[in-house]
Amino acid sequence: MSDWPLLSLVTFLPLVGAAFILLIRGDTAVVAQNSRSVALWTALVTFLLSLLVLGNFDSSQAGFQLVEKRSWLLGFGIDYHMGVDGISLWFVLLSTLLTVIVIIGSWHSVQDRVKEYMIAFLVMDTLMVGVFCALDLVLFYIFFEGILIPMYLIIGIWGGARRIYASFKFFLYTLLGSVLFLVAILVMYLQAGTTDIPTLMATEFAPGLQRWLWLALFASFAVKVPMWPFHTWLPDAHVEAPTAGSVLLAGVLLKLGGYGFLRFSLPMLPDASAYFAPLVYTLSIIAVIYTSLVALMQTDMKKLIAYSSVAHMGIVTIGIFTPNALGIQGSIIQMLSHGIVSGALFMVVGVVYDRIHSRDIERYGGLAERMPAYALVFMIFMLASVGLPGTSGFVGEVLVLVGIFQTNSWVALFATSGMVLGAAYMLWLYRRTIFGALTKDDLKLIKDMRPNEVIAFAPLLILVFAMGIYPAFFLDPMAASVENLLVQIGASPATDLALH
Amino acid sequence: MLYIILVFAPLLGAIVAGLFGRIIGDRASQLVTCGLMGVAALCSVIGLFSTIGAEPFKVPLFTWINVATFEADWALRIDALSGVMMFVVSFISCLIHIYSIGYMSHDKSIPRFMSYLSLFTFAMLMLVTSDNLVQLFFGWEGVGVASYLLIGFWYTKPSACAAAIKAFLVNRVGDIGLMLGIASCYLLFDSVQYDVIFGAAGAMAGTTVIVFGAEFDALTLTAILLFIGAMGKSAQLGLHTWLPDAMEGPTPVSALIHAATMVTAGVFLVARFSPVFEHAPTALALVTFIGASTAIFAATIGLTQFDIKRVIAYSTCSQLGYMFFACGVGAYSAGIFHLYTHAFFKALLFLGAGSVIHAMSDEQDMRKMGGIWRKIPVTYTVMWIGTLALVGFPLTAGYFSKDAIIEAAWASHNSFHLYAFWMGVTAAVLTAFYSGRLIFMTFHGECRASEHVQSHIHESPLVMTAPLGILALGALFAGMAGVGMIAADGGWWNGAIFTGPDNHVLHDLHEVGFWVKAAPFIAMVIGLGLSWLFYIRMPEMPARVASAFRPLYLFFLNKWYFDELYDRIFVQPAKAIGYGLWRGGDMGIIDRFGPDGVAASAWSTAKRTARLQTGFVYHYAFAMLIGVALLVTWYLLVGRG
Repeated sequence: MSDWPLLSLVTFLPLVGAAFILLIRGDTAVVAQNSRSVALWTALVTFLLSLLVLGNFDSSQAGFQLVEKRSWLLGFGIDYHMGVDGISLWFVLLSTLLTVIVIIGSWHSVQDRVKEYMIAFLVMDTLMVGVFCALDLVLFYIFFEGILIPMYLIIGIWGGARRIYASFKFFLYTLLGSVLFLVAILVMYLQAGTTDIPTLMATEFAPGLQRWLWLALFASFAVKVPMWPFHTWLPDAHVEAPTAGSVLLAGVLLKLGGYGFLRFSLPMLPDASAYFAPLVYTLSIIAVIYTSLVALMQTDMKKLIAYSSVAHMGIVTIGIFTPNALGIQGSIIQMLSHGIVSGALFMVVGVVYDRIHSRDIERYGGLAERMPAYALVFMIFMLASVGLPGTSGFVGEVLVLVGIFQTNSWVALFATSGMVLGAAYMLWLYRRTIFGALTKDDLKLIKDMRPNEVIAFAPLLILVFAMGIYPAFFLDPMAASVENLLVQIGASPATDLALH
Repeated sequence: MLYIILVFAPLLGAIVAGLFGRIIGDRASQLVTCGLMGVAALCSVIGLFSTIGAEPFKVPLFTWINVATFEADWALRIDALSGVMMFVVSFISCLIHIYSIGYMSHDKSIPRFMSYLSLFTFAMLMLVTSDNLVQLFFGWEGVGVASYLLIGFWYTKPSACAAAIKAFLVNRVGDIGLMLGIASCYLLFDSVQYDVIFGAAGAMAGTTVIVFGAEFDALTLTAILLFIGAMGKSAQLGLHTWLPDAMEGPTPVSALIHAATMVTAGVFLVARFSPVFEHAPTALALVTFIGASTAIFAATIGLTQFDIKRVIAYSTCSQLGYMFFACGVGAYSAGIFHLYTHAFFKALLFLGAGSVIHAMSDEQDMRKMGGIWRKIPVTYTVMWIGTLALVGFPLTAGYFSKDAIIEAAWASHNSFHLYAFWMGVTAAVLTAFYSGRLIFMTFHGECRASEHVQSHIHESPLVMTAPLGILALGALFAGMAGVGMIAADGGWWNGAIFTGPDNHVLHDLHEVGFWVKAAPFIAMVIGLGLSWLFYIRMPEMPARVASAFRPLYLFFLNKWYFDELYDRIFVQPAKAIGYGLWRGGDMGIIDRFGPDGVAASAWSTAKRTARLQTGFVYHYAFAMLIGVALLVTWYLLVGRG
């Protein structure tokens, strides 16, 4: 088994599935049904294969595992180089899992151009897995930027009324980042003579150059995260995207920014990362407080959750730049949790949107009466988003907050106050949709969740509790790699005591 | 094993009733939850006796969060302190589960209610048996969520929903303190485990740490941060506003969560962290000051309220103040002792009030009651027992604990000890007054209810009066039974509550002068006498006094205007700022000068070159092309050179 190119299999299998769907012919209903089946089976097998990646992963090792390396662009020192370590491992699984879930979740809700829809999601799957496995900058860049193409298509074709505005806004933000990222790649290549990521990690760039490179990378990653003030594309993109698009956008695409900081900025540009840490802290704190307050006043459910994503990702970026074991492991687990929880919350909105065709909070109220199972599912994800201990949302939050307190107590204070605001907008959202008296006529006939919706939520519910109650399972595989990263950047893994 | 059954039986009950309640039905849900609570209560009695004076030990379960030295496991810490707490929580909770069968019999979501009650009990047990700060936080938030769910149990009532959210959010404000306290402990001790922290606390005394740009005494800072958390949960002055509103929940909830158990978690936290607090005198002074102030503050409001549950709620707030200043003056065990006796008589008062409300067709306003003592004699009797215990009538439960606290305040050397003493005595007068007022307004005089309500007044069924009877026995005798808790040698605790070598307050409180010992009794007589005078002898007096001291009366009646103040300085600004940032910040500044500005100029070109639907793909592909072109050019350059 270990001789198999497992990572390449996981990466490119969905592409094969997409090719099969292309070949499907017949009348519309048959094509739709067959496309769904092929997509689901492909995604499922891909997910199972990614579980093999987990099974073959050795938690005690810090370096890259399951490595595949083939010469690619000969003479340029650019290889096809794949591998995972403790930092990327869980993101691969998150991507393959969420793909399965969104395919199940849109079983009934998408009736228009099903074939193309499924192809788009399978292509997404390939690109998402690829980006987390790539160990060559050029390869990474291709996946990293390519991922946006199916996303654009998903928003643009299956999106809402203002989809053009939303995707254009997204495009403008990303454009600047992409170009600067590319320039940074070229400069690194010039300096090191290779685009091999492990080699670049060992390369020391001059401090002055580091800062320029750091800023160039920051432009790209900050938009993806998104960090304040580069976040305004996110609410629009989410609102216009179909449910499944929102799930992958929040679940995986936002993580690319955080992953980029961990994979490139921190290990390759450690001096600049330390130099710019206060900037990151400041922007993150603004993100946490500013977007929480903004979320409080939203009237659109999806916008509210989108803004909450910005706030949660603010905690992530604080954690990454702590930089200590608590902060970094906390931010990784926070990203995983956010991927699951906010993805699930978008699906929660999708459930009622499919029935009432409105995302307006005012349109709802008293749903608990007719939809008890839905109310329970919503409650659990709402509490996970609030960071209730015992759910996945807590683990990352407590690790990052305790971690940052060791470095900077002011940042910890402000970030912690986000806990109050985060609870405020989520509880208020829940109160206005689920609680209250059931007075609106069309809600009086609303139906509780369908079986396919329950199946789509089930794994996420299990994960929310699994990560909340036994996070050690998720934390252990990343420990060695994070420790190694801390050694690379020269921070002592133990915390510094500011005692006198 | 005993303790694992104790803690997890309620969880099992909550899961069964919560997930399968619709399938198994109301009766089965009640039986399962009450049965499992009964098991837990039985275990807790055994646990109580086996932990008195015993060595602490740990029941490890499994790893929870383990990053670097941040090790927080799931484990149960069993010692005399958790023994007492487990007993109080399980025993009272069991009685309230049973009482709820009767009280909630007309409700349509019985399984949900029973499930929430059991869930609460589980979280509370996890809190009191926690072995590290993170697990404590788990229980802490767990009881908060259960409280939120139960306050908002009647979710179609807007006032209940608002109260539920308020309770959760005000608690979260306190949680900022607790969370930072945890972070601070980890900074100081490099661990969140109690064993490590308590073992090293003494050596850490006098160390300073630079936090928030200033130099602080390390233990004082930690203790104050933890105390802020305790203030939120235990509704102390400033963070108390959620507790009276929480009375929107069904009455058994008020009895269990907002009187007997959850709100006392803060007192438990301070007692649990006595090894840290003992080395932080400044923090203790703060605890004393806040506790004593809350005791008097809440009592003044209690004088003027008309909602029977709100009177008792303010009374709870006030009694919690007593418990805190007991801890503050160094008599942690007296605080815990009062926690334990208070659980009995306050749960009794709430459930008794529930029985009254039940009899009066859900009426809670005391102005619409009166003269009903003959019709509900059992309720009347137990309410008197509860009241006597609350005001500290000799030999009842409250007498032992409350007098000990007041005497300890006198005997202590804390800088606020005299303030605490005088506030405590004055609050005792007020306590007796509002308690007498409650009894007299509710049960005596003319009945002021409507004819319709009067014709329905009935005594509660046995399933409700039996728990009342047991609690009444507790209110009478729990004090005598538990007086060993405040023995000067601390033998009951065997180190579970730490007192420094210079702390002799438990010994000294027996040495105080006669008039100090008599003060609480005199206070009680004055208070009860005045209330008799006001509400039986001269019923026109309250109105006369109220108009004579109108500003003061309005100040008390409106709860010192805390809600109005907070609404002005926190709630409204937060909304306004949120709206302003969204409209002004996101749309007005960032978008206008960022993407929209660029878009406006780029848009016209885009329109000409592509159909709207594909414009973005085109642009994107274009960017990719430029990128690839640059890349290729670069390769060619490098390849040549």
